[in-house]
Amino acid sequence: MFYRETGQFKTSYEADSAVFPILQDRIGIMIMLVIAFVAVPLLGNDFFLNTMMIPFLIFTLAAIGLNILTGYTGQISLGSGAFMGVGAYACYKMATFFPEVNLIVLVLVSGFFSAIVGMFFGLPSLRIKGFYLVVTTLAAQFFLTWSFNHIGWLYNYNDSGAIDNLPRKLFNIWISGPNASPVTNYLVVLCIVLVMTWIASNLVRGRIGRSWMMIRDMDIAAELMGVRPLYAKLSAFAVSSFYCGVAGAMMVFFWLGSAEVESFDENQSFLILFMVILGGLGSIMGSYMGAAFIVILPVLLRAAPEFFGLSVNPTNMEHYSTMIIGALIIFFLIVEPHGLARLWQIAKEKLRTWPFPYS
Amino acid sequence: MELLNTIFVAPFIDMFSAPDFLIQVLWEGFVSGILYALLALGFVLIFKASGVFNFAQGIMVVFAALTLVGVYALLQSLGLSPAFAAWISLFLTIGVMGILALSIERVVLRKLVNQPDIILFMATIGLTYFLIGFGELVFGGEPQKMIASELGIPSGSTSFDVFSGVVILEHADITAAIVAAVLVVCLGFFFSKTRIGRALRAVADDHQAALSVGISLNQIWVIVWFAAGIVALATGIMWGAKSDVSFALQIIALKALPVLVLGGFTSIPGAIVGGLIIGFGEKIFEIYWGGLIGGGTESWFAYVIALVFLLFRPQGLFGEKIIDRI
Repeated sequence: MFYRETGQFKTSYEADSAVFPILQDRIGIMIMLVIAFVAVPLLGNDFFLNTMMIPFLIFTLAAIGLNILTGYTGQISLGSGAFMGVGAYACYKMATFFPEVNLIVLVLVSGFFSAIVGMFFGLPSLRIKGFYLVVTTLAAQFFLTWSFNHIGWLYNYNDSGAIDNLPRKLFNIWISGPNASPVTNYLVVLCIVLVMTWIASNLVRGRIGRSWMMIRDMDIAAELMGVRPLYAKLSAFAVSSFYCGVAGAMMVFFWLGSAEVESFDENQSFLILFMVILGGLGSIMGSYMGAAFIVILPVLLRAAPEFFGLSVNPTNMEHYSTMIIGALIIFFLIVEPHGLARLWQIAKEKLRTWPFPYS
Repeated sequence: MELLNTIFVAPFIDMFSAPDFLIQVLWEGFVSGILYALLALGFVLIFKASGVFNFAQGIMVVFAALTLVGVYALLQSLGLSPAFAAWISLFLTIGVMGILALSIERVVLRKLVNQPDIILFMATIGLTYFLIGFGELVFGGEPQKMIASELGIPSGSTSFDVFSGVVILEHADITAAIVAAVLVVCLGFFFSKTRIGRALRAVADDHQAALSVGISLNQIWVIVWFAAGIVALATGIMWGAKSDVSFALQIIALKALPVLVLGGFTSIPGAIVGGLIIGFGEKIFEIYWGGLIGGGTESWFAYVIALVFLLFRPQGLFGEKIIDRI
């Protein structure tokens, strides 16, 4: 009824290949952006921002990173948590070395360190695939977390072994450290995530993204057609780890405040893989949906009994929530193995012809 | 020079100057290798028959062990004698694993036939989360003591005098080695001599061909998951006899991955040999080299062995060479 593309004629190639070719989609995105930039900071309280919105955005970025590797290039990785850690520790070290440099720059630069490490651990992907690659990425995961624990230089030899966010200002407003308000944290994270989403969506539509997808769909055919696997796979590892690294740096500086090795362990990698699979492999939109599902659902589940006036022991609630998440993962895999993004797409298809069954 | 000496010479001098200690280290490596091998065996069973990489094997080990302990506590409160209660609870636990296998097949696997491997892999991770939550809800999150002595697992130790030193062998470890050997022999017999075993191998070879000669895939999957459940129970008992049963154990399940890479994903002897290599390798490295870089290397050394190994022999020691059709 209201979701129709009738009468929207494209008169140029640019218009035809736009990210959102349909007017209603563009309006929808605008509304979402207004909500994200105006409504959420104005209406949301600190609890809402800290436990839902900021982690949602940060994990979205990590999920986009893993999606580039797993969804677009077809290389399964269980090392994303450790690559987030590389970004976080790199950012921490740089922030102590160069206190006068703008923190946003440092967060972005720390992604490059993560990219280099990711490329190094991506080297075996040139010879092996599938579950064998899982082993090499797990090697990265366990080796890197071990290094975070055992190399004192990385956490400046402090007693707790944790890294914490150093107070930093941008335009005379605290954006990091104890004085920063959740609203500023949220806005900084939102800007970085949106810009990087925009870059990612253009990367996967461009030459490099096409070569990734060719490698994913059939590596030998891609090679015959002139895609160099070395460049395609390693660039996928680099870009993916870059995104994860930035997400990790943001996690420490704009969300947690201080982080230990446990924040970057294999469970984190699993959670990010869940987000990617549940959201939909090979979909940027899916990364948002998957991250929202995994981050926000447990918070809601914890709040649910109180809302319905039931009293459940908090530790039991924790167990119920683990159980429900596990069951939901299986449920979604059975109902729609291509993820939430595919469900959304089906819904849109239906909406286009609604109220008629066929157009 | 100094550095080269500490890396390449000094550890070997340490090894040969105290051979009794070396033997002790090798024995410890052997024991943990056996346990890794048992763990990997469960993975291999399921991977062989259905091509599913069963991430939930680790939690199945914990779940089986906790069920055993829980049922035992229940029977004990009814006033049964310890040994009798232990054996009854063992059989009841086997029954529970059977029910688990049946429900996994009904609820999860049957719905996911023909999906790509990664989806099935994810489903087993979902299953892991479900079982973690369920297990903690039913049995509580605290570590439990395994009923090792009640089941008749000896707890003492024997010491030998070798090379003017003493080597201590725990009886529980010896039992673990024997149980592992018996399990492998039984499984080998089961796979090669029985009707069901042949059906299993047929399914592993080609699903469609197996279906066309009248083998029921669903039935086979239940059997295989049940067999993996029994292996998980054995692993749980053995591991529990060494240390307590806790949910932390399921992380060790990830160690099965390098074992499988070394041994090959489809080979039962491979799982054993791979487990032993990993067990020996990480113990020796930790004891003689670990100190140089700060210790705690056991968390990642297995993966690095696998990583290096993969570069030279991607199909593993006993695995079938994968030939891709273009």
